[in-house]
Amino acid sequence: MAVLVIADHDNATLKDNTHKTVTAALAIGGDVDILVAGTGTAAIAAAAAKIGGVRKVLTAESAELGQGIAEAVGDLIVGLMGGYDAVLIPATSQGKNFSPRVAAKLDVAQISEVIEVVSADTFVRPIYAGNALETVQSADSKKVLTVRPTAFAAAAEGGSAKVESVPAPGAPAKVHFIDQKIVKSARPDLGAAKIVVSGGRAMGSAEEFQKVIEPLADKLGAAVGASRAAVDAGYAPNDYQVGQTGKVVAPELYIAIGISGAIQHLAGMKDSKIIVAINKDGDAPIFQVADFGLVADYKGAVPELMSALAAAGV
Amino acid sequence: MKVLVPVKRVIDYNVKARVKADQTGVDLANVKMSMNPFCEIAVEEAVRLKEKGVATEVVSVSIGPIQAQETLRTSLAMGADRAILVQTDLDLEPLAIAKVLKAIIAEENPDLVLMGKQAIDGDNNATGQMLATLLDWPQATFASELTVEGGKAKVTREVDGGLQTLEVNLPAVVTADLRLNEPRYASLPNIMKAKKKPLDIKELGSLGVDAAPRLKVVKVTEPPKRTAGIKVETAADLVTNLKTAGVL
Repeated sequence: MAVLVIADHDNATLKDNTHKTVTAALAIGGDVDILVAGTGTAAIAAAAAKIGGVRKVLTAESAELGQGIAEAVGDLIVGLMGGYDAVLIPATSQGKNFSPRVAAKLDVAQISEVIEVVSADTFVRPIYAGNALETVQSADSKKVLTVRPTAFAAAAEGGSAKVESVPAPGAPAKVHFIDQKIVKSARPDLGAAKIVVSGGRAMGSAEEFQKVIEPLADKLGAAVGASRAAVDAGYAPNDYQVGQTGKVVAPELYIAIGISGAIQHLAGMKDSKIIVAINKDGDAPIFQVADFGLVADYKGAVPELMSALAAAGV
Repeated sequence: MKVLVPVKRVIDYNVKARVKADQTGVDLANVKMSMNPFCEIAVEEAVRLKEKGVATEVVSVSIGPIQAQETLRTSLAMGADRAILVQTDLDLEPLAIAKVLKAIIAEENPDLVLMGKQAIDGDNNATGQMLATLLDWPQATFASELTVEGGKAKVTREVDGGLQTLEVNLPAVVTADLRLNEPRYASLPNIMKAKKKPLDIKELGSLGVDAAPRLKVVKVTEPPKRTAGIKVETAADLVTNLKTAGVL
């Protein structure tokens, strides 16, 4: 049994999602290898080699892999699958883009957003926005899984796997990269942050969102999230969206401000350890999942919270 | 240019799914069903391409039970020209759906397939990518902006941390994200007109596609319930509680 884990990285640093996906791979059992595909892979591979329980780290380097062109990444993985019984891919937007290509080429099912490994062929995954959990058993000879990183603990460091390079496939002829606009932020990554502060439609404008949510997030060293309503209204950028179709987060502390708690939003944050809701509508559904609810207008409550945090030495 | 739009009939966006007591699945009896929201966005985009004079024909296709005709009628009322139902009572997996669509595409020869990035029942987010792979067409997923010109589609995609723009040669598969557009409501006259538009029904068996399931559903269960906690009176109380809980 051998399992290939696809590393999550930004062509500069290895992301924690990789460690979490390795945990899922170790639960399947057998040898676990990591593939780092992109540019600047040497430093990323060196970090991946330190993850405990990993046999070896493969690197493949090309511009297209660095741009995350699905055809290139998919072809690379399919070419390696002769040596593996399963491939585990972090369920990021990048991973979801190429993973079904691997499954289709291998003529096997993709098992999406796995949250639990029951055995080497049986997995649990959320369906219907997390309102149901499906346990599926795969009869396919090779398994293609995307793994929801928030459902697994990060594998510990302490390994010293060897690093090998493998050839990158040729550039796909029918796709051309034009450009990429990635927002650089000093805040922690939304998917990996220990604390997330999210704002909803109640903010009323992008200016208000920035004025209310961001200082609180900065005070707590938190990532900033948003409900779909806030993103649709243009108060926050699209990659802030927490929910069924946005990012799924499970921080230690999730603070929802002016968010009513639509099913689709709850799907993205209900596995957080502690949930705080601040909303002036005491009947808002968000209070049904909140550990601590404060029924108050955010306009008064957030400045008070800032002062209370300062008074408590946070 | 011909655009093919696959659409799926799913539990309505606003209805909370309930797991059946025997753990065999989600109870869909007497539940409101609608077009998958991402499919609606794809139909809207296709109709806009037609209104701009870029597309000449929009064909919607659904794979599902006979009631999926209603979903197809919705697409016709939004502005699709004709519809195809591949009738089956089986609940097909994304790979099988992609194979059925490939068979339909061999008959229809569209220049562009526009579809939702995921269905809100299975939440797989796989069919579009699988279809592109089986066809050996380029893919551009999670589109938030689409322009078609000179045999190419320029697609802005929602990616981790921002936006990416790709240009793909046609024919291609593009999957729609939430912010591609806001779908229209069909007007009453258009709903009436849609009843007269052609809707062709094919049997799944007539397509000669291997649609056998690859996964066995062992069980479907309720997720662990989160219970409501306490209401605090002031922000200071909140901070005290968070300190006690050890998260600050």
